[in-house]
Amino acid sequence: MKQFTYTIQDTVGIHARPAGLLAKKASEFSSKITLIKENKRADTRRIMMLMSLGIKCGDVVTVQVEGEDECFASEQIEKYLIENKF
Amino acid sequence: MVAIRGTGVSSGIALGKLIYYKRKENTPNEKFALDSASELAKWKNASEKAKKQLAVLADRTRREVGDEAAELFETHQLMIDDLDYTERIASLIVENKKSAVTAVEIAGKEFSEMFVAMDDDYMKARSVDVIDISHRITDILCDNQSIFDLKGEQSIIVADDLTPSETVQLDKSLVIGFVLSEGNANSHTAILARTLGIPAIIGANTEWKDEYEGRQIMIDGSVGYIVIDPDDTTKEYLLKKQQEEKAVRTMLEKLKGCSDITLDGKEIKVYANITHPADIDAVIANDARGIGLFRSEFLYLESDDYPTEETQFEAYKYVVQRMNGQRVIIRTLDIGADKKIDYFGLENEVNPALGMRALRLCLSRPEIFKTQLRALYRASAYGKLSIMLPLVTSLWEVQEVKRMCDGVKKSLQKDMLPYDEHLEIGIMIETPAAVMIAPDLAKEVSFFSIGTNDLLQYTVALDRQSTAALDRFQDNKHPALLKMIKMTVDAAHDAGIWAGICGEIAADSSMTEVFLKMGVDELSVSPRAVLPVRNIVRQTVVEK
Repeated sequence: MKQFTYTIQDTVGIHARPAGLLAKKASEFSSKITLIKENKRADTRRIMMLMSLGIKCGDVVTVQVEGEDECFASEQIEKYLIENKF
Repeated sequence: MVAIRGTGVSSGIALGKLIYYKRKENTPNEKFALDSASELAKWKNASEKAKKQLAVLADRTRREVGDEAAELFETHQLMIDDLDYTERIASLIVENKKSAVTAVEIAGKEFSEMFVAMDDDYMKARSVDVIDISHRITDILCDNQSIFDLKGEQSIIVADDLTPSETVQLDKSLVIGFVLSEGNANSHTAILARTLGIPAIIGANTEWKDEYEGRQIMIDGSVGYIVIDPDDTTKEYLLKKQQEEKAVRTMLEKLKGCSDITLDGKEIKVYANITHPADIDAVIANDARGIGLFRSEFLYLESDDYPTEETQFEAYKYVVQRMNGQRVIIRTLDIGADKKIDYFGLENEVNPALGMRALRLCLSRPEIFKTQLRALYRASAYGKLSIMLPLVTSLWEVQEVKRMCDGVKKSLQKDMLPYDEHLEIGIMIETPAAVMIAPDLAKEVSFFSIGTNDLLQYTVALDRQSTAALDRFQDNKHPALLKMIKMTVDAAHDAGIWAGICGEIAADSSMTEVFLKMGVDELSVSPRAVLPVRNIVRQTVVEK
């Protein structure tokens, strides 16, 4: 399992639209990708759960990647978050 | 004439025909279904159809409105396939023997309630997204066609609330305003109205009678005023206001990109005040040349415990980077008095405005203050960051902070973390004591920023949140305040540093010229006031 932390920069946090973008990106990998905020967690493929975490600007989230392509997926997801200013 | 009050969420004035938004009621043929397999198939078919509709809608929205609005409908496509949502619908059909329509309705309701229950207004508004996708599927299942004909007339739409697809599907060449009896400032209708520059009002809670339909309605989105069958005087007044607003907006738009230089060539720093990193978009949209006051309290108010150095560093760094080399003045923690935070465990004081607050609190709890200073210094490596200290009353306070800063710099060097060697430290001038010793303070710091609200209340001994009975004693332009501003500016200039004003009075257009003539070098105002202030600066002569 790979994991990293990321601080949300998007001014409204992870609401419908960014959650959609993230879910779409995550579906490119076979690994299971989980977002954790405090003690709540959501599979990035479950978009409504992801939205319901209520992630806001400035929140620090932990991203866990588990599966066959975890190294590659973890790198790519982190890059995607940074490049798209999530 | 009927006048109604609501809350304006998108400014502008519109006059048109009142049209109620009508929805088709779904008539589920049967609540229960015996043949689960065929209901499952019906539902899956409808879902596929709904996703195709959304793809078409996303394309159209991309052309008519823009990428961001379009991406929302792409998200809706993903939501239709959401595992929890689909699993719930399937189980309602198979286990509970519900019909496809009923199953989708129930699941939609359950998931939207989950969002309504959240304590964040933005997320509350997202319940509409779930309702929207569920409606789309049930409409297909019931073979409902949503037909909404505006008959080629300029219309103002009145509804309880509108889902994103309802809003987007309206003909934007004919819809000139929105009035919602419910709604939320973060709802899609409000966001879309602002994007399109159409006036919108929410919370217009009144008895909307059937007979109003088709009558003339006029709305003023900046104040939330609605009037049905306006009389000539009202119409004339609002149309004139519409012309004026348009003229002002055009004039201010033209000032974007212009310099803040007076007629006789003095460059004034016109900066913006912000309370949250999210405000940065408004700062950039209004073309402010820097941030004159970034209140760092939000970091402490939004969390349940002291924010860590890392959290603070990320927030400061974000703002500094977004400002792209322009100055960002961050004021260190200013709580106490009217702003209390539980976890600080502050004792109740008889007179909190004269008690343990702002810099006093920071100097009494150096461990909290050092965390903030370290985060600020670290963020300074990413742009032009300045530190500003609130509520200074004595010289030694500033000297003690400077010693702490030296310690912070040493610890960062030891940790091999970069920071800006030339980081400037300034202070707020908001007590009469600071004004009187301004010449001495000016030798210790790089700039002064006058906080007029506190300075006034400490000068005239009158609470800024006083009751109406004291109104006649309250004078925002008290000569004592103006004299103190002048003394502060003179002391700054004698020592070769600059002085600005970051209180509310800086945005008062009747005072801008007075301040500039006193020699004030910087005016820091709310983002929306930046362009109006620039307008005055450019027409003022400062030399006597």
